[in-house]
Amino acid sequence: MSWLDPTRIWFLGLLIVLCGAVLAYIFAARRGLRMKVRRIAGLEAVDDAVGRATEMGRSCLYIPGLQDMNDIQTIASLTILSRVAKTAAEYDAKIEVPTTRSLVMTAARETVQAAYLAAGRPEAFSPDQVYYVTDEQFGYVAYVQGLMVRERPAACFYMGSFFAESLLLAEMGNSVGAIQIAGTAQPAQLPFFVAACDYTLIGEEFFAASAYLSGEPDQLGSLKGQDIGKLIVVAGIVTGVTAATLANLTGSPAIRAFVDFLINKILT
Amino acid sequence: MKRTVPMLITAAVGFTLIGAYFVPYTQNWGESVAIWFDVLAAIAFILGGGNLLRTHLKRISDQGRGWGYSAIVLVAFVATLFVGLGKIGVAPSPQFPDHAWSGQYRQTGSAFWFMYQYAFSPLTSTIFALLAFYIASAAFRAFRAKNLEAKLLLGTAFIILLGRTFAGVALTDWIDPANWDGFRYFTGLRLENLTVYIMAVFNTAGNRAIMIGIALGIVATSLKILIGVDRSYLGKD
Amino acid sequence: MGEFILDQWWLALIFIGTLVPLVRQFASAGIMPALRTLDRRWIFLLMFWSVLLPIYFIGVTGKTFPEVPSALAEATFAEIDRLNPGDPVLLSFDYDPASEGELQPMATAFVRHCAEKKLKMYFMSLWPVGPQMLQNTVDKVITADFPSLVYGQDYVNLGYKSGYEAVIKVITTNIRELYTTDARGTAIQDIPMMRDITSVQQMKLIINVSAGYAGVKEWVLYAATPYPSLRLVAGTTGVQAPLVYPYVPRQLRGLLGAIKGAAEYEKLVMDAYGGPAPDPKYLEGLRRMGPQLVAHLLIIVLILVANVLYFADKREARQ
Repeated sequence: MSWLDPTRIWFLGLLIVLCGAVLAYIFAARRGLRMKVRRIAGLEAVDDAVGRATEMGRSCLYIPGLQDMNDIQTIASLTILSRVAKTAAEYDAKIEVPTTRSLVMTAARETVQAAYLAAGRPEAFSPDQVYYVTDEQFGYVAYVQGLMVRERPAACFYMGSFFAESLLLAEMGNSVGAIQIAGTAQPAQLPFFVAACDYTLIGEEFFAASAYLSGEPDQLGSLKGQDIGKLIVVAGIVTGVTAATLANLTGSPAIRAFVDFLINKILT
Repeated sequence: MKRTVPMLITAAVGFTLIGAYFVPYTQNWGESVAIWFDVLAAIAFILGGGNLLRTHLKRISDQGRGWGYSAIVLVAFVATLFVGLGKIGVAPSPQFPDHAWSGQYRQTGSAFWFMYQYAFSPLTSTIFALLAFYIASAAFRAFRAKNLEAKLLLGTAFIILLGRTFAGVALTDWIDPANWDGFRYFTGLRLENLTVYIMAVFNTAGNRAIMIGIALGIVATSLKILIGVDRSYLGKD
Repeated sequence: MGEFILDQWWLALIFIGTLVPLVRQFASAGIMPALRTLDRRWIFLLMFWSVLLPIYFIGVTGKTFPEVPSALAEATFAEIDRLNPGDPVLLSFDYDPASEGELQPMATAFVRHCAEKKLKMYFMSLWPVGPQMLQNTVDKVITADFPSLVYGQDYVNLGYKSGYEAVIKVITTNIRELYTTDARGTAIQDIPMMRDITSVQQMKLIINVSAGYAGVKEWVLYAATPYPSLRLVAGTTGVQAPLVYPYVPRQLRGLLGAIKGAAEYEKLVMDAYGGPAPDPKYLEGLRRMGPQLVAHLLIIVLILVANVLYFADKREARQ
C-alpha cells in the first residue's frame, strides 16, 4: 500500500492550491497590501441593531444555530458572537444567548465573558446570559418563540446552522418588531431568512463576517484568497463545460478522453 | 497560555486529521475522532442538564416572571428521565425473561413510548405545522414586485406553486399532442414540466453556486482557525 | 361538491361565521384600507380553513386529485421494482415526528413496495427519534398486512446509532464494527438474515427517507460516491429536495421530493400492488395533495393581493 491514496492526489493538489492562495494573501496583507472588501449591509447593521436595542431599553437575542461545536457554522457563529457581545457590552445592552448544545453553551459563555472583558465591562457579564435550553429542535424553537413574545427583544441575530425552524424564528421576531440579522450556510434556509429578516448573510458572507467585523488585515487577506479560489473554480467550470460541449458536438476521442479525465480523476 | 494551548491542540489535531484523509493507513482516524466527539457531547449532556435544572430552579425560587413554565419544564424533565432510566412499563426481553430491565426502553406500550407517542410527537408536529401559517403571513408581507428580479421571482413562484399541485396539471393539460400534433413541441410548457425544468436547471445552478461559495468559505475559515489567525471563538487573553 | 356542502351545512355555517367579522371590517373601512391594516391572524385563519376543509372533504368523500407520476417518481419505483425476491435492501429512516406529514406516506409506500416484492429489509436510523418512526411504519405495514413476514428472516430493525456520517462511513466497510446487536438486543450473529451481511456494500439498494442532517446528502457523500456500485434512492422534504437534485441520476437513482413525490410514488405502488380498494393508510400522500392545492392557491391569492396593494400605494405616493 502506498503512503498516499492515489485516488485523492488531485484533491490534495486542489486543496494545496486553495489553501496556498489564502495563505499567500494573509502574508501579503501582513506585509501591507491593502484589501478592498465590498460593503456587506448585514454586518454594517450590527452596531445599529445593538444601538437600537439600547435606546429602546430592550434586549438583544443571539441564536448560534442548532448544531454542535463540530460544525464549522457554529464556530463561525461564535466568532461573530464575540463581536456582537463586545458591542452590546460597550453600549450597555443586555444580550441573551440560548443554546441547544451543552458544549456550545460552554464555549459561548467563555466567548461572551471575554468580549465583556475586552469591552472593559467584566462586571456587567452574568453567566445566566448564556444558557442551555434543549437539544430537541422544536422544543428549542418553542422556547425561543415564547421568549420573544415575553421579552420582546429589539434585535435578533440568527447566526449558524438552521433547519426548519428558520422561518418560525424569523416570523416571530418580525411580529415583535425586532430588527433581524441572519446568517447561515444552509442553502435551504436562505430563502426564508431573506424573506423574513432585515438583513441576511448568504453563505460565504457569513464566513466572511468575522474577518469583516474585525477589519484585521490578516483576516481580510483570507477573503481575497477565497476569491482566488472562486476564480479557479470558475476556470474549471468553463473549461469542463466547453470541453464537454465540444466533445458532444465534434465526437473527438481526445476531447472525450479529457472530459472523462476531468470527471473521473480530478473531480472524484 | 489560556489560549495558546487550545490553539496548539486545534492546529495539531486539525492538520493531522487533514493529512490522515490522504494516507490509506490513517483514513479511518476521522471516524474515530467523530465518535470521540460523540462521547464528549454525551458527557456534556450532564452539563446541559445541570444548567437547565439550575436556571429553572432559580426562576422558581425567585418567583420570577413565567416561573410556572419553569415548574412544568422541571416536572417534564424529571418524569421523562425517571420513566426512561427506570424502564417503567417495559416487559423483559424474551431472550432474558428473568432480568426485569432487559427490555428496550422504547418498547411499544411502555411509559416512555406513551410519552413519545402522545406528548412529544404531537407537540413537535404542532410546532412544525406553524410553518404553514407563517409562510402565508410572510408571503403577504414580503413578496412584493419591487424590481425586475422580484417580478421574475414571483413569476417563478407562481409556476412552482401551481405546478406542484393538480391545478398545474388542470391548467395546461390542453397542451397535448392528442389535441393538436403541433403541441408536441410545446409539452415542456405544461406547468408540471416547467416546474421540473426550473427545479432541475435554474434552481440546481443557483444552489451549486451558493454551495461552491460556502465550501470555499469553509476552507478559508477552517484554515484561519487552524493556523490561529482567527482566535475570537476562544475569547480574549 | 354541492351535495357535500348541503350535507355538511354546519361546517359551512362555522366557516362563514368565522369570516363575518372580516367581511364587516372590509365593509366598514373599505377594502384597501382594511387590507393595509390586516391583522396577520386573519391570514392564519384563512390558512387554517384552506387546510382543514380539503382534509375533511377528502375524509368524507374519499375523493382525491388524480396524480401523474413524474420521471423521478417513476425512476424510484423502477429501482425497487427491478429487484428480485430475497434481495437485501437497506432502509434508513432519518426523520422525526415533525417531518411525519411529508415523509411518512413515502416511508409507508417504500415498506409496502419492498414487502410486496419480498425483499429482505434491513431497517436502521441515523436520528435518535428515527427508531420510533421506523417501528410505527413496521407495525402499520408489515405487522398489520404482511403477518407472514418473520422478524429476523424477512426484516430486521438494527436501530439507531449515534455518529451521523461516521455511522455511514463505518457500515459501508464493516457493519458489525458498529452493530453488534439489533434494536431488540439480539446478537447480530444470531439473526439469520444478518449471517451473510458484513457491510452495506452487499445491499442491492439503499432507500433513505430524510428530513435533514444526517440524511440523503451524507448517504450520497459517504456511501454512493465512494462506492459507485451502491444504488441509492431517497425521499426528502420539499426544502431539502432542491439541494440533492445535482446528485440525480449518478449518485441518486431516484428522488421523491415532498408530499408531491410521495403522492406520485404512492400512485405507482397502488396501481401495481394496491388492488381495487386499497387501505386508506396507503393513500395518505394522495389525500394530502388536496390541502396542498388549496393552500398553494391561497398563497398565490395573498401574493397577488399584496402586490395590488403595493402598486396602489406606489401610485398614490406618486400622485
